[in-house]
Amino acid sequence: MNLLPLFQWFEATPIGTVVRESLWMFPVIECVHLLALAMLGGAVLVVDLRLLGLGLRAQPIAELARKVNPWMVGSLAAIVATGIPMFLSESVKCYYSPPFWYKMGLLALAATFAFTVRRRVLADCSRPVLGRMTAAVSLALWFGVGFSGRWIAFY
Amino acid sequence: MDPLPFLKWLDGTAGSVAIRESTLLYPFIETTHVLTLCLFLGMIALLDFRLLGVGLRGVPVSEVARQLLPWALAGFSLMAASGVLLFYSGPVRAAGNIFFQIKMAMIALTGINALVFHFTIYRRVAVWDCDPTPPLRARLAGFWSILLWSGVVICGRMQAYNWFDKPTR
Repeated sequence: MNLLPLFQWFEATPIGTVVRESLWMFPVIECVHLLALAMLGGAVLVVDLRLLGLGLRAQPIAELARKVNPWMVGSLAAIVATGIPMFLSESVKCYYSPPFWYKMGLLALAATFAFTVRRRVLADCSRPVLGRMTAAVSLALWFGVGFSGRWIAFY
Repeated sequence: MDPLPFLKWLDGTAGSVAIRESTLLYPFIETTHVLTLCLFLGMIALLDFRLLGVGLRGVPVSEVARQLLPWALAGFSLMAASGVLLFYSGPVRAAGNIFFQIKMAMIALTGINALVFHFTIYRRVAVWDCDPTPPLRARLAGFWSILLWSGVVICGRMQAYNWFDKPTR
């Protein structure tokens, strides 16, 4: 299946056109995207570190996860909401960019993992080894998303 | 004293040219700089939100600071090291960029804000450690920190756009 026509259509959407033709819109959206990345990173890290037995060790895992969850969901929503207009403004470039496809694949994996396995492990953390493995997988996946995201600019 | 001759000399050193012209090294340094943002600003933001009374409200402030600041510091070291290398890869262009100049000034201000916080209201943290909403001075420190660091990130990102670059002499 050839997805190129679809990506050309994405690029021709009104939002894509407006963002692409504006001098300041892309940079401004990108800044919000970056700030939300920092927040998402913090929210994921503090809980994964706790699962690894580091950081806020005096806090029960389930309680810490519950407190941090709104920040994680909120920043993820902000990242997606800012990522879509940026994508629409240069969809065809993304289509030809290998890092973009890695990023999307890893993002799907990371988000699915976060809201299924990790969520369950955080709710019932009676098995420390499972907790550590979950944290390692979560950190690796999110790192992959961020890393490949940055490389869209280069390749 | 005019720093331009020094910056021009730095610009021409072998290391500067090597990073600037590399296909992999420059992206790697830049990716390190951006991703350590999660470690640094993520941790700082959690502490700031705790100081503002909007996040981690049930956790003592001193515990958040003691446990998360070492990670933030590790992140800061990586950001500073990669940042120095990025500057080194194009010192003339960076130094003349208005966003870079504002960014450096803002980083200095975050340092002052952190020092003031640690040597004043944080000295008496035992008194308000478990307050869900900390005293005004602490909230102000959290407010300035999150505002200034956001400004640093925004200026850092804007630095890549050469809207206001001066032509080099």
